[in-house]
Amino acid sequence: MNVNQQTPMASPYGPPQPGYGQPSYAPLGGGYPGPYGPYNGPAAAYQPGAPPQGYSPYASFPSKAVAANPVSDLSSPLDLGPARGPLTSAPRPVSTPQAYSQYPQGDSQNGPPPMDHSMAQPAHRSPVSQPYSHGAMNLSGPHPSYSQQYGAPPPMQQVTNQMSGMQIGSGPPTSVGPGYAHHPSSQPPISAAYSSAAPPSYTQAPPPLSAAPSQPPPPSEPAASQPYYGGPPPPQQQPFPSAHHPSQPFVSSSPYLGPPSQPQAPPVSQQQSFPPGPPAQQPFPNSAPPPVSQASYSGPPPLTQHSFPPSSQSGPFPPISISPSQYPGPQPQSQPGPPPFHSGPSPRGPIPPPSMSQQQANHLPPGPMQQQQPPQPGMQGGYPTQQNGAFGQPRGPQPGYAGPHYPGQQNYGAGPAPAPAPPAQKRLDPDSIPSPIQVIEDDRVNKSSEPFTTGVKGQAPPLVTTNFQVKDQGNASPRFIRCTAYNMPCTADMAKQSQVPLAAVIKPLAMLPPDETPPYIVDHGDGGPIRCNRCKAYMCPYMQFIEGGRRFQCGFCSCVTEVPPHYFQHLDHTGKRVDCYDRPELSQGSYEFVATVDYCKNNKLPQPPSFIFFIDVSYNAVKSGMVNIVCQELKTLLDYLPRENPEADSVVRVGFVTYNKVLHFYNVKSSLAQPQMMVVSDVSDMFLPLLDGFLVGVNDSRMVIESLLDQIPEMFADTRETETVFGPVIQAGLEALKAADCAGKLFVFHSTLPIAEAPGKLKNREDKKLVGTDKEKSLFQPQSGFYSNLSKECVAQGCCVDLFLFPNQYVDVATLGVVPVSTGGSVYKYTYFQAETDRERFLNDLRRDVQKPMGFDAVMRVRTSTGIRATDFFGSFFMSNTTDVELAGLDCDKTVTVEFRHDDKLSEDTGALMQCAVLYTSCSGQRRLRVHNMAVNCCSQLADLYRNCETDTIINFFSKYAYRSILNTPTKTVRDTMVNQCAQILACYRKNCASPSSAGQLILPECMKLLPVYLNCVLKSDVLQPGADISLDDRAYLRQLLSCMDVSESHIFFYPRLLPLVKLDGGSLPMAVRNSEERLSKGGVYLLETGLHLFLWVGANAQQELLSNIFGTPTFSQIDPNMTSLPELDNPFSQRLREIIDSFRSQRSRYMKLMVVKQEDKAELIFKHFLCEDKSTSGGASYVDFLCHMHKEIRQLLS
Amino acid sequence: MATFPEFIAQNEERDGVRFSWNVWPSSRLEATRMVVPVASLITPLKERPDLPPIQYEPVLCSRVTCRAVLNPLCQVDYRAKLWACNFCYQRNQFPPTYAGISDVNQPAELLPQFSTIEYVVQRGPLMPLVFLYVVDTCMEDEDLQALKESLQMSLSLLPPTALVGLITFGRMIQVHELGCEGISKSYVFRGTKDLNAKQLQEMLGLTKPTAAQAGRGPQAPQAPLSNRFLQPVQKIDMNLTDLLGELQRDPWPVTQGKRPLRSLGSAMSIAVGLLECTFPNTGARIMTFIGGPATQGPGMVVGDELKAPIRSWHDIEKDNAKFMKKGTKHYEALASRASTNGHIIDIYACALDQTGLLEMKCCSNHTGGYMVMADSFTTSLFKQTFQRVFTKDVSGAFKMAFAGTLEIKTSREIKISGAIGPCVSLNAKGPCVSENEIGTGGTSQWKICGLDHNTTLAVYFEVVNQHNAPIPQGGRGAVQYVTQYQHSSGQKRIRVTTTYFLKAHYSFSFVPQFMFHLRRSPFLQVFNNSPDESSYYRHQFMRQDLTQSLIMIQPILYAYSFNGPPEPVLLDSSSILPDRILLMDTFFQILIYHGETVSQWRKAGYQELPEYENFRHLLQAPVDDAQEILHSRFPMPRYIDTEHGGSQARFLLSKVNPSQTHNNMYAWGQESGAPILTDDVSLQVFMDHLKKLAVSSAA
Repeated sequence: MNVNQQTPMASPYGPPQPGYGQPSYAPLGGGYPGPYGPYNGPAAAYQPGAPPQGYSPYASFPSKAVAANPVSDLSSPLDLGPARGPLTSAPRPVSTPQAYSQYPQGDSQNGPPPMDHSMAQPAHRSPVSQPYSHGAMNLSGPHPSYSQQYGAPPPMQQVTNQMSGMQIGSGPPTSVGPGYAHHPSSQPPISAAYSSAAPPSYTQAPPPLSAAPSQPPPPSEPAASQPYYGGPPPPQQQPFPSAHHPSQPFVSSSPYLGPPSQPQAPPVSQQQSFPPGPPAQQPFPNSAPPPVSQASYSGPPPLTQHSFPPSSQSGPFPPISISPSQYPGPQPQSQPGPPPFHSGPSPRGPIPPPSMSQQQANHLPPGPMQQQQPPQPGMQGGYPTQQNGAFGQPRGPQPGYAGPHYPGQQNYGAGPAPAPAPPAQKRLDPDSIPSPIQVIEDDRVNKSSEPFTTGVKGQAPPLVTTNFQVKDQGNASPRFIRCTAYNMPCTADMAKQSQVPLAAVIKPLAMLPPDETPPYIVDHGDGGPIRCNRCKAYMCPYMQFIEGGRRFQCGFCSCVTEVPPHYFQHLDHTGKRVDCYDRPELSQGSYEFVATVDYCKNNKLPQPPSFIFFIDVSYNAVKSGMVNIVCQELKTLLDYLPRENPEADSVVRVGFVTYNKVLHFYNVKSSLAQPQMMVVSDVSDMFLPLLDGFLVGVNDSRMVIESLLDQIPEMFADTRETETVFGPVIQAGLEALKAADCAGKLFVFHSTLPIAEAPGKLKNREDKKLVGTDKEKSLFQPQSGFYSNLSKECVAQGCCVDLFLFPNQYVDVATLGVVPVSTGGSVYKYTYFQAETDRERFLNDLRRDVQKPMGFDAVMRVRTSTGIRATDFFGSFFMSNTTDVELAGLDCDKTVTVEFRHDDKLSEDTGALMQCAVLYTSCSGQRRLRVHNMAVNCCSQLADLYRNCETDTIINFFSKYAYRSILNTPTKTVRDTMVNQCAQILACYRKNCASPSSAGQLILPECMKLLPVYLNCVLKSDVLQPGADISLDDRAYLRQLLSCMDVSESHIFFYPRLLPLVKLDGGSLPMAVRNSEERLSKGGVYLLETGLHLFLWVGANAQQELLSNIFGTPTFSQIDPNMTSLPELDNPFSQRLREIIDSFRSQRSRYMKLMVVKQEDKAELIFKHFLCEDKSTSGGASYVDFLCHMHKEIRQLLS
Repeated sequence: MATFPEFIAQNEERDGVRFSWNVWPSSRLEATRMVVPVASLITPLKERPDLPPIQYEPVLCSRVTCRAVLNPLCQVDYRAKLWACNFCYQRNQFPPTYAGISDVNQPAELLPQFSTIEYVVQRGPLMPLVFLYVVDTCMEDEDLQALKESLQMSLSLLPPTALVGLITFGRMIQVHELGCEGISKSYVFRGTKDLNAKQLQEMLGLTKPTAAQAGRGPQAPQAPLSNRFLQPVQKIDMNLTDLLGELQRDPWPVTQGKRPLRSLGSAMSIAVGLLECTFPNTGARIMTFIGGPATQGPGMVVGDELKAPIRSWHDIEKDNAKFMKKGTKHYEALASRASTNGHIIDIYACALDQTGLLEMKCCSNHTGGYMVMADSFTTSLFKQTFQRVFTKDVSGAFKMAFAGTLEIKTSREIKISGAIGPCVSLNAKGPCVSENEIGTGGTSQWKICGLDHNTTLAVYFEVVNQHNAPIPQGGRGAVQYVTQYQHSSGQKRIRVTTTYFLKAHYSFSFVPQFMFHLRRSPFLQVFNNSPDESSYYRHQFMRQDLTQSLIMIQPILYAYSFNGPPEPVLLDSSSILPDRILLMDTFFQILIYHGETVSQWRKAGYQELPEYENFRHLLQAPVDDAQEILHSRFPMPRYIDTEHGGSQARFLLSKVNPSQTHNNMYAWGQESGAPILTDDVSLQVFMDHLKKLAVSSAA
């Protein structure tokens, strides 16, 4: 979106958050002279008068005349996010109206607000729906308006886009009856498509409409805003106000917001947007085009908006005022724009609307308005906005945009560029820059209520943080596949120009929530699945039946294949097979085929898999208690081996081995009275010492196994052996599986660097001096090729290795992890493992790891339609050629990221198809083929591309790419490359989709407005920029861990969730706050979830009651920082908190250990490490600083 | 003085020594002319229950190169308390403990009847007896079951303090840790690899100190040395019995058309290595039980493809036995390692096909181990033979002895050419060692790791006097055999036999006949014998005393009939008559043959009728005699009961002199013997030819 960068931000924020912004700015300012300067200037200006001004601005905004205000408002809207923070406090009180305001706030990012927002918004919406919608609309509208204002003039298209986008986003579907009116008008043209799309547009439009109203509100807003401003949070408030102007709550909220966040630009933007909104609406009329532009709108608008606002503000106001005119302008432009768009869209001509609708749908998706609307008409409005927000537009633009742009332009405004040093000196107001919290919150509010249906091409699914239901209508659920872009550029040139990666993050065996149906199993009989004769694609909804159903044409390669007689079916009048909806493979995005013997190794049906447990019994392992815990746990855990039929016993067989520098195999044959140990000390040439009795059924040999597990800890209790081997351990497992002629999984519980004389022996090569040098990469590479070769053999046999590490010192994870990573396994690491404190974490991980559904001996192949090709793969697997991803094991948590590149032109008519087929052996030994199909749109306009991206997925891809690159490239180069690529992406957008604004503005696409903050988190991650206390092992571990994370995991990994623990009543969660120390209140308690850890941060001045509720003691000093679980207290707060913690844990594939961190305790350093918006001790930039840096990069590129 | 033949018999009875010539060729030339070398058969541990236990150590000649033991042939000056060595003529002082010596108070070793005497060395610790079972598990369940029972039975025959160990093998090799509580443990090795002792030691976690203790440990003889793999029977009796009981057939699948993978070579290597690093120079028995040939790893003698049969003599002659050389080399190396450390390797091979005895023979031959060949572990041949290994003498001690060395001292007139028998050279050079080697030569000392009361070596001598300086008439060449060994009680003992030659007497009358049969025997003739069988026969032949050896060369044939008491008859086809029952003893086989008429009577069941009780007795007589032999011989012979026309009668027909064949039977005509369908020459033809050669000047 358009993020008005610092300046704007600052200014808006600044003003709004004199307090907040300024302080923060100050520092920032220093950092970002140029832009900031201006910003600051404005900001300063704002700030000083901020509140008042802000108000006035709002007023002005509304009036348009009050450019400044708008700006501030804008900023505020942007700030709103931040404001939300405040809102949170205030929000609730504020009530729904606030929600809107919150939206803006949300945009603003304030953490707290989100809470409220989430809470409030929904509620609000319903009630205030319209207002919200307005607000939202406004926001959205504002965007447009902003866009107009900001970019309006220049970026006709954008504006239009924005407008449209805004409209769409904002009002499209939803309410905005008023606005709709317009829409309708617009819709009409659109026609049916419109109807569908229309709604979206409407929703968006509505906002606009609302915006229109909002505009009025704005006016009011001004007032309101002022009040808001008055409120400390003003910025946010303002935004809200601006957005919500209408809603009084806003006002109230604004105060709240105000204080908390500096309402920031966002609000401003909103306000402005409001104005724009109206214009937007107008554009809507043009709607058709707008839609097209929508994306851009969403993206650009915000930015532009914000930016605009700023610019507009100072002088802007006029613009603003003009905005109308501009709007008109835009509109006209938009109209013209439309054409252009049309051109773009036109291809789709008809499609445009659809596309529009789709886009909207994507955003709105849910539906399109319908869904949303139905539920909460009012909400819709809100949603739209949110959607916009989601799109990024509203929020993005506002917050981010507002921030930067506005500040620059508006507050800084005047000065963004020029921006006067003064502002520059001041820092950007953190609240004014795009807030992840707000984006998340908006998406959640907008999209969680309606199921996401996959039938429409090109629509981006809800964010991973949003809880939503999926209905498979022909495309794979986002739980299986998420794409970076749902509108792929038609040509390689476009792709290259935009630099947006084209990738899909595929989680083939993902677990679905209980209310979604797992893929159906299809049996095509002895002939096996029906496939295209040429490209071998499997039967899917993209196959076109012709000649009365006698043949079908492949959607991927266009080859025509005969339909086998047993599969023949007549076609109906539309050319569809009559049985289309009876057959999952013709109507669903995901399903499974039963594979025939042709799909089996050696043409032999597979045996059920086996699990083999390898327990290190060297001194360290025994002493740490690991051996004892594992043995105890296995006794019960073995009853929970994976099975497909819950009624039956698992057919998975188990085997046991203990080892130090020799291996002890156990014969646990059921006929034995006692297990027999077989020691293999010839580790140089590993072999399996026994066959019969090694792999057994748990039920058959239960007594023997229990006896064994009882005796293992005793047998080795007094061991003095400290050396271990590792290579032979895996070789042994491999041999065992070979001998049993089955696939399987090895669970290796290992403690030390394997220095005993054996193949795969390692030496300690930890050399911290290499960190930061060009030789650093060697530390991530395995020590020798031994394990790579071994993993090849493992993969060939279907031997998956899961490694549980319990190191007390360097164990060379980079090398030990090679086999797990290549075989689709996992590495778990419990450094300084202690039985008392780490037991739960380890056991939960182990339990999950043992029980989770998985496939064995898998091969994954991604087929694509002509024009693109899967060229690169990331994840835990092995590839022996360029197309087949071989996975010895594939569990429900494993993700494979696939990058696509053009090898030809794509057509907008057909879009791009991909089919991911995974051939695997189920845990019951059945050979299956899971097929996921995904169709995305293709676009000839960059704007479409930018409008349908998913930043979280892009970050997932980027981080995987970067983490892999450090194997071969100096880390610094990798970091620079990433920054550069992102700058190019944004610059391309700026240049092609948002050009109208002044160079001083940072304009971010709505969908990517969080790209900078997330990218910064990636760059600051321990792998790419280690702190002094991060060991090489940790880095290698995290590096490997990331390689198979899905989007949801990578999201929280890079941007942890920070929850303020206030009022936990009710079923919903408090709204998160941004990851910054300044968001923490000394009097509060916060829960931080990183995906790997949970921290409970206790402020030094936390209320006694709070402490009592949580810890059972009112005294801060009596809290035991070593506790790993909270006491079970009989009060609702404690219960709810523990519920929350449990639910968090249940959502993650790894158990998160709880650490209690007391403020100013030394452990706080660790905690602070995860406050990723702050400067890190290792030199990582703060969000604000980084955003400025990005802006600079972009400007360089543009110049 | 008894007659000369009596003297010889007494000599053999008392000293276990029998010479090929009991006269002294006076010079090298004369000796050469005698053709048959001067040699002696020596049974070092000839059973002598009458020997007094001498609880002190022998008195040795002080000359460093001599060190002969004081014996009845020495001249003693009782007054001066001096004695003259009869080998080197060194005059020696008696040690202080002999201060009371006089012509009426002589120590036993000076008494003429104690030309053989045994000293019990009191120094040093009591050495443990070590029995290491190496058991093949690649066999039919029935065989394995029988084997397990035999092994369990054997435990009860061991002295409680004996250390036992267990190694089982199939595709893998398992060294079982004994005395574990709860989980039984074993160390497993793959059978395709040869490990040296050091590697093995590390892999088994046996640290050096253990071995060192084994060497020192004089203070604690009561606490026998042991380790996790070799433990006293009394301690792990139950455990080991259970362990044996749980032994399963090798679980690795054997696909159609394949032999099971049997890691025999590696298993033996590990057994040798285990003892090598834990009990060097201590008596120990590695008892290997195999049900088939080694099919993988070092020492393999045949591949696992059934379509490729194990090598035959034919293959060997054609140089078509691709595993033989390598296998033989492996086992030779093992034999060398084992014998160096005084360890015995026994091989009990029970299979219908060959098991690779040809390659493995050195293991038994060089270490004094037993080699037993049978068709199955279920046969009494195996069971009783194995049981007989543990027979005890009147004092309750095993008849087997361990870690022996045989040292031979000769007077100046003769030198030692070498020895043939279950021994290896200790490379002790000396003045009495000849440069001409016969058998294992170049030394005056041999190591005999395992020996029992029957173990007999042939020692060859050479007369060194030149023709122009003959041994004076009346000179008495003397030979002293000094055998040091570890008695089964753990004591170290030294047996000394001193003997000398007298004047001539000899009868050559039987030589041609023996030669005839020797040529036909499996020792020279491989036709119809597998390489394994040949190896087995030769192995036994090399270690038996004169009587047994002669039986092997020319089997004994007894006839039972109503015509009179049982009588020995000629080993000739003419002895096969319808109304006779024949009992043939070839050492390896005891065969009872019922003549045609007798056979018919028996089928008619006359023996059941009271009035034909004499017939029943006639039938029973050879059976009783056979039983007697069966019970006394080691290894137990194969017992065959057959009749005229029976398929197993071929064993008899192949041994008798084919005086009547399909070619000449009508010419002979008179007596109705049994014609042999063979083209072999008969003794008559052989003698005729011999006579011709003897008078021919061309010879």
